[in-house]
Amino acid sequence: MPKSLPQLRVEVNPLTAGRLPRFTEPALLVVSLVVTAAFLSLLAAANPAIIVIASALVFLATSFALSVSIEGVRHAKDRLAAHVVTGFFLVALAPLVSLAWGTLAKGVARMDPQFFTYSMRNVIGDGGGAVHAIWGTLIITGMATLISVPIGLMTAIYLVEYGSRHRLSSAIRFFVDVMTGIPSIVAGLFAYTLFSLFFGPGTKVGVAGAVALSVLMIPTVVRSTEEMLRLVPNELREASYALGVPKWRTIVKVVLPTSLAGIITGVVLSIARIIGETAPLLVTAGMNQSMNTNPFDAPMATLPVFVYYQYVTPGIPQDPYHARAWAGALTLILIVMLLNLIGRLISWKFAPKPGR
Amino acid sequence: MTTHTVPDPPGDADRTLRRTGRQVGDVVFRSFSTGSGITILVLLAAVATFLVGMSIPAFTADAADLPFGDFWAYVAPYAFGTVWAATLAMLFAVPLSVGIALFLTHYAPKRVRQIFGYIIDLLAAVPSVVFGLWGINVLAPLMRPLFVWLNENLGWIPFFAGKVSGTGRTILTAAVVLAVMVLPIITAMCREVFTQTPRLHEEASLALGATRWEMIRQAVLPFGMPGVVSGCMLGLGRALGETMAVAMVLSPAAVIHVKLLTSSNPNTIAANIALTFPEAFQLGVNQLIATGLVLFVITLAVNMTARWVVARRKEFSGAN
Repeated sequence: MPKSLPQLRVEVNPLTAGRLPRFTEPALLVVSLVVTAAFLSLLAAANPAIIVIASALVFLATSFALSVSIEGVRHAKDRLAAHVVTGFFLVALAPLVSLAWGTLAKGVARMDPQFFTYSMRNVIGDGGGAVHAIWGTLIITGMATLISVPIGLMTAIYLVEYGSRHRLSSAIRFFVDVMTGIPSIVAGLFAYTLFSLFFGPGTKVGVAGAVALSVLMIPTVVRSTEEMLRLVPNELREASYALGVPKWRTIVKVVLPTSLAGIITGVVLSIARIIGETAPLLVTAGMNQSMNTNPFDAPMATLPVFVYYQYVTPGIPQDPYHARAWAGALTLILIVMLLNLIGRLISWKFAPKPGR
Repeated sequence: MTTHTVPDPPGDADRTLRRTGRQVGDVVFRSFSTGSGITILVLLAAVATFLVGMSIPAFTADAADLPFGDFWAYVAPYAFGTVWAATLAMLFAVPLSVGIALFLTHYAPKRVRQIFGYIIDLLAAVPSVVFGLWGINVLAPLMRPLFVWLNENLGWIPFFAGKVSGTGRTILTAAVVLAVMVLPIITAMCREVFTQTPRLHEEASLALGATRWEMIRQAVLPFGMPGVVSGCMLGLGRALGETMAVAMVLSPAAVIHVKLLTSSNPNTIAANIALTFPEAFQLGVNQLIATGLVLFVITLAVNMTARWVVARRKEFSGAN
């Protein structure tokens, strides 16, 4: 009987056998970056963008090959997918960073007190400001909100509380969906034709802009409010009915207060969406170089349209005009971000916690 | 005297229970809410009526009287440009958004997920005029070297033929800007459906030994498909209707060709309206509104298709 040979023993953890060690990927990333950079600079094509793209490709290829040889095709594909998906994410961040940086760098030059206290009346070249446009934007957006919120809110109440399984409510729901898809310029054309029919052709007033923005805002208010009202538990309504409270008081005293935070968030977010609309205001509210706070008479400047005209129709020299355009753009972004932040804060602070 | 202490008839009891202002308050409230629902229908009908009404002169008038010439010949290049730019944008945006949504739902750590989910949402709120400024000032100069390279090395492909634009303000740049604009919309939709994938489906797949990517292909993507499709359609609708970014970035012309890098690009309907409308008068206004009607019909068709696709998929999907 042959004695069993002493076995050659290698310590192998069966769970990690056949897998790449964890440091492989970062190491490979660094190596491919260095090698590609060195190689490309030898070829005198050392553009940073090209180096990044090329080394990313090299990294994808080598890590895939390495993984195939050690871990097999399935794990290699898994790794490749993870890398590609992460890469997509980074690619999408690039325009965001570039946009934020570009606007900040070019806009900050004119973010001075004069920009927020002067209009463009009698301004040629340097100086001037956008106070008239800021007021116009606030007035027109405010009017649009005043029109849209009651209509949107009441429609959502109808859809949730009164009209469920009614033919009218499914029609309304369908057409609200259709309305969401109206291009903003078409909404502008509608308001323009409406006002030219009643007040003579070529009428450009602030309220026309507000009507155009309402067409865009109503569907978003309806959708978000409807969603919030549906979240109110039915037990609350039934408890209220059981106490003999009529339906309308139940809605006003129970349903609406419960969902108020969500509704306000929805409204604030939809304001943030329409406050930057340019095209509908371009054809309805027009442009004005001076302050005009009367929405029913004369064209009214708004911030987006101000930015557009400052950039597209500059005087000579054009630098001060472009600087004003960028400052306007930065102001717009700040307003929108502030509104978004307020909306999130409200919903974060007052949101009913799921699963009591 | 005998007091009638017999039980009230049912009708009376009913009335005492409902006495507290139900008749007035409820009727008023109900009719107000129904009324605002109907207002929306009226508003939409008004939009359609006014657009059609103002467009009719452009269709019926003699071509010689129209300031921009025969209507269909006038609108054709812009309709082509609208669809072409939107298609290009979707080509970039769809894979990217699905990838980002997958990253945020299945790959990223939780904190990254929340922060960047919020940041991507913020991107959706950036006004289009700011995108326009960015596209014309930052993106176009960056893209030009790429255009030159594409033209020199791949010029035999019809897309990259022709003389490269000196400013970089081509339809390809506009499409990239549009892609960045619709990206958050599609991403938001995809993220929502991907997070809704039933946990059990995912775990069943992983338990059978699938890698993460296989799990995504077996469980997440099939479940999320209708949502992805409808997100794409929403994005497409936005890309078709987007005005200012295109109007500012593109150096426009009224041509039909597929060259991506030249300085004469097919303009879009919306951008053309924005550029031409402030100076238009009389029949010109009618003609531009008629092009707006064409745009309305195109976006309406896209949106309807999206709803139809989603509704149809929902019926046959075993997932819900």
